[in-house]
Amino acid sequence: MTMALAMFLFFVGITLLITYWAARRTSGASAFFAANRQIKGWQNGFAVAGDYMSAASFLGIAGIIAFQGYDGFMYSVGWLVAYLTVLLIVAEPLRNAGKYTMADVLAYRLNARPVRAMASLSTITVSIFYMIAQMVGAGALVALLLKNSGISYRTAVIGVGVLMIVYVVFGGMLATTWVQIIKAMLLMGGTILLSILVLAHFGFSFTNFFNAIGHVVYHDKGVEVVKDFLQPGLRFKPPYGALDLISLGMALIFGTAGLPHILVRFYTVPDAKTARISVVWAMGLIGTFYILTTFLGFGAATIVGRDKIATSGGTNMSAPLLAQSLGGDFFFAFIAAIAFATILAVVAGLTISASTSFAHDFYTNVIHRGTERKPGEEVRVARVTAFVVGAVAMAIAILLGPNANVAFLVALAFAVAASANLPVIVLSLFWKRFTTRGAVCGLGTGLVASILLIIIGPSIMGIDAPGATAAAHLIQSRPIFPLENPGILSIPLGFVGAILGTLLAREPAAAAKYDELLVRASTGIGAEKANGL
Amino acid sequence: MTRDDKPETPIEDLTPEVGAATDVAPLGRAEPKPAHELTAAEDSQPVDWSRVTQMPEFRAMVRAKLRFIIPAVIVFVVYYFALPVLVGYAPGLMSKRVIGAVNIAYLFALSQFFMAWIIAALYLRAAAKFDKMEHAVIEKAESELGSQRGNKK
Repeated sequence: MTMALAMFLFFVGITLLITYWAARRTSGASAFFAANRQIKGWQNGFAVAGDYMSAASFLGIAGIIAFQGYDGFMYSVGWLVAYLTVLLIVAEPLRNAGKYTMADVLAYRLNARPVRAMASLSTITVSIFYMIAQMVGAGALVALLLKNSGISYRTAVIGVGVLMIVYVVFGGMLATTWVQIIKAMLLMGGTILLSILVLAHFGFSFTNFFNAIGHVVYHDKGVEVVKDFLQPGLRFKPPYGALDLISLGMALIFGTAGLPHILVRFYTVPDAKTARISVVWAMGLIGTFYILTTFLGFGAATIVGRDKIATSGGTNMSAPLLAQSLGGDFFFAFIAAIAFATILAVVAGLTISASTSFAHDFYTNVIHRGTERKPGEEVRVARVTAFVVGAVAMAIAILLGPNANVAFLVALAFAVAASANLPVIVLSLFWKRFTTRGAVCGLGTGLVASILLIIIGPSIMGIDAPGATAAAHLIQSRPIFPLENPGILSIPLGFVGAILGTLLAREPAAAAKYDELLVRASTGIGAEKANGL
Repeated sequence: MTRDDKPETPIEDLTPEVGAATDVAPLGRAEPKPAHELTAAEDSQPVDWSRVTQMPEFRAMVRAKLRFIIPAVIVFVVYYFALPVLVGYAPGLMSKRVIGAVNIAYLFALSQFFMAWIIAALYLRAAAKFDKMEHAVIEKAESELGSQRGNKK
C-alpha cells in the first residue's frame, strides 16, 4: 500500500518540477490563461483527453462494466462520439473568435455585461460541481487504497486541493496543461498494459475472452447466478432505462462541447487548424481508452469476479483489483497512483477554467467594463480566485464526507453544459438575429432547468431502503421526474429559452455585428496570435 | 472607427508645391496621406466585414463547410442515438449472437467508435480544402484592403 503512496509522491514531485519550470515562463495574461497559445496540436490532444478522462471514467466505467456488463460499455460510447460536436461545430470558431473563455464568443456581438455575467455563473457552477465530485472521489479512493497508511479522507481532500491550487496559482495554464499531458500518457500506458495482461490471461484468444464474458458467475443474495454479460439490460431497465440512456446521451453529445474546462484548451494552441488537429488527437486517445474499457471492465468481471470486488471496496475498485490479481502489488500500486494523478490533473483543469472565467468575464468585463485598472490585475484576480475556488471545493467535499452520493454532480455538470452553454454558443455563431436577451434567457433557463430536474429526480428524491447507509437520498419522497439525467428535457428548454428570449425584441446592434463574427470565426482574420517567448 | 466621416472627394490640395512627403499639415490634397502620416485611428484599417461576407469566395467557403458539417452532424446523431433506442426498444434483435458470444449489441456499440473516427478523418480531409479556400478569402480581403488604403471607397 505504501508503494502506491511512493509512486503517487513521485508523480507529485514531477508535477511540482513542471510547475516551477512553468512559473518561470509565465508572465502576462496570455501566458497565464492560455499558455502563450504555443501548445502543439498533439500536446493539446493529450491535454484535452487528460481533462476529459477523469477518475469517473477510469475507475467508474470499469466498475459499471464489471457489474452491469454490456450496459456499462454502451454507456462509454457517448463519451467519444461527443467529440464530433466539438470537432465539427465548436472548436475552430471558438479559437478564431475568442480570447480566453467561452463568454468571449458570446459577448462578441451581444451586450457584454449581462451575457458575461450569466456565462461566468454557468461556467463556475459547472466547474465547482464537477470539482466536488472529483474531490469526494479522491478522498474516498484514498480511504480505500491506502487503508493502512494512516491517511484520512480529510487529509486526502486537503492534499489534492492544495496541490491543484499550487499548480494553477504558480504555473498557470502552462503547468496545468503539462500535468494533463503527463497524466494522460500515464493513464493510456496503464490502460494498455492492463488490457494486454487481460488478453494474456486468456492466452491472447478473443474467443476464450468473449466466451468467458458469456458465462459470468456471481452470487446475488446467496444464490449463484450465471449471466451473459454481453446481453443488454443489466443496468438500464424498463420503464425508464432506455429513456434515461438517451437523455444521458444527449447531455454528453451536447454537453461536452459546452464544458468550460475543455473549451479553454482551444485557446492554448496557435490557431484554429491546430485546435482541429488537437481534437482529432484527443479523439484517437479517448476512443482507444474507451474501447479498452472492454478489457478492464469485462476482465474484472471474469478474472476477479463480482463477488470479490463487492467485498473488497465496491465497483470503483474493479480496475485496481484487476491489476492486483494480474500484476501483483506493484501493478496495483501503479494503477492506484494513476487514479490519483487523474483526479489531481482534472481538478487543476477545472480550477483554472473557473478562475479564468471569474477574472476575465466577471471581474474585468462585468465589474470593470473591460479595462484593467492596473496592468496584471486580471491575472492577480485569477490567482486569488483559484485559492477561493479551491478552498470552497475542499470545504464542501469535507462537509459531504466520503460516503456522499456525488455521481449526480457529474451528470449535473454535463446537463448544465448541454442545456445552458451549448445552445447559446451555437445560436450566437449561426443565428444572425440572436440577441442579448436570448443569450441571458437561454443560459438562465438551461441552468435552472438542469438543477431543478436533478433535484426532483431520483438522485436526490427517493425512499431509502431500511438500513441503507451509503448513497442516501436527500429528500425522502418519490421522485417527481423519473430520469437521473435531465438532458432530454433541459436541453430543449435551454434552446426554447434562448429562441423565445430572442424573438421578444430585436437587437439591431447584435445583428449588425454578425457579419464581423461570421468572418472572424470562419476565417481566423484578427484571431489571437501565439506569443513569442 | 470607419473612414466614412471624411469628405467623399477631397478639396483641392492647398499645400504649397514644395511640401515634402513628410508634410504633417495637409490642408487638403489630391493624393491620400502617405502611410506614415496616418493617425492611429486612421491606420487601424478596420476590415469591412460586410464586404467580406459578400465576396463570392467567402460565400463559397461557408457553403462548402456547411455542406460537409450539416450532413455529418445528422449522420452521427442518428447513428449514435440508434444505439440506445434499439437496445432499449428492440432488445431481442440486439441480443442475437453473431460470432460466439459476441452479439449485435456489442458490435453496434463498437462500430460507434469507428464511425466517430471515420467522420473525424473525413472532416480532416475536407478541412484541408476549407483551409485553401480560407487562404484565398484572406488574400483577397487583404488585397482589397490594400487598395482601400489607396483610394477610399
